[in-house]
Amino acid sequence: MPEDTFTVEVRQPFDRVAVFDIVGDVNSGSESRLMDAYTTATAAGASTMLLNFEGMDYMNSSGIGLLVTLLVRAQRRDQQLVAFGLDDHYREIFELTRLDEAITVHLDEAAALEAMRRGAGRGQG
Amino acid sequence: MGRDEGRWAGPVRRLQVDGLDAGASGLNVQGRRLSGAVQGFGPLWQKTYWIRLSGVNVEPEVLIDRWQTDYPTFWPDYSHLHRALARLEPGDVAVINANQSGLRLSTGIMVMYADARSFAFALPEGHIFAGWITFSAYEEAGTTVAQVQPFFRTSDPLYDLLFSLWFNRKEDQIWHHTLRSLAGAFGVDGVVQQSATCLDTRRQWRKAGNIRHNAGIHSAVHQVISSVRRRR
Repeated sequence: MPEDTFTVEVRQPFDRVAVFDIVGDVNSGSESRLMDAYTTATAAGASTMLLNFEGMDYMNSSGIGLLVTLLVRAQRRDQQLVAFGLDDHYREIFELTRLDEAITVHLDEAAALEAMRRGAGRGQG
Repeated sequence: MGRDEGRWAGPVRRLQVDGLDAGASGLNVQGRRLSGAVQGFGPLWQKTYWIRLSGVNVEPEVLIDRWQTDYPTFWPDYSHLHRALARLEPGDVAVINANQSGLRLSTGIMVMYADARSFAFALPEGHIFAGWITFSAYEEAGTTVAQVQPFFRTSDPLYDLLFSLWFNRKEDQIWHHTLRSLAGAFGVDGVVQQSATCLDTRRQWRKAGNIRHNAGIHSAVHQVISSVRRRR
């Protein structure tokens, strides 16, 4: 059995924005904790969820499937998923799996929050 | 289990088919993009098929190695998987040419990921499924279990209808056959179990235009054109 190193903590830097600080390996075993984090963030009123991958060590193909499942749940509630902190390798994986067509990828948290602010300033259309 | 970041395929915009056997067709693969679950049309499914290799001592890593090396031998006879490399490795593109009742279907896969205990296929535009198929092996109560886990949406409205009417059961047959053949290679005559979870019942109607890539339609048109040309 592979060692389970996955953790996720939820914090709210702003109203209606939640950041998921992901640490360790993302795989099928991460599902319950990731979905619990989603439930927590939703209950707190988050409409945008920023996935922070700076602390992620590894993700396999099941981990990508997990992100799709999370995306489906978010889309059902008109919530937005954004990612940041991916290294070049995992940015390529997001492109390979075309997950980047549904989850916008930013360099870091500051860039992600700035993009949100600019988007809010222009209005959503 | 060891894990190695280098075991993902490199970035690819359009699939490239190389080194095919004579008679194999790269139709509906060459130049196509990959299509993930985000790009599909129909409800999102996760199906799981598994077989326990009871009574034999085979490590999951050994089973996966054999599966990657001899993958085509475990498939049903009417469908042929052609690939240039002797062993399925990340980045490898293989074409699938199936022939049933005179109808030929050409599509393919790309090996998206592999580690010591699993490997995964990504699927091209036009395949019946948009998503991924993960093949894995693990230990449970002292027995190695082989598993196939498709994670997909049907690609377009036509495929979605066919899946509901027919292909859902056909898919079950394919993976039952595959897992039984794989287990048989290790001397096990086992029973395949399965489960299915619909993760999203909604259809993505904005993806209905995927039908323009439908490999079944393209294959049928190609077959008709080829037949007409042969008669001239």
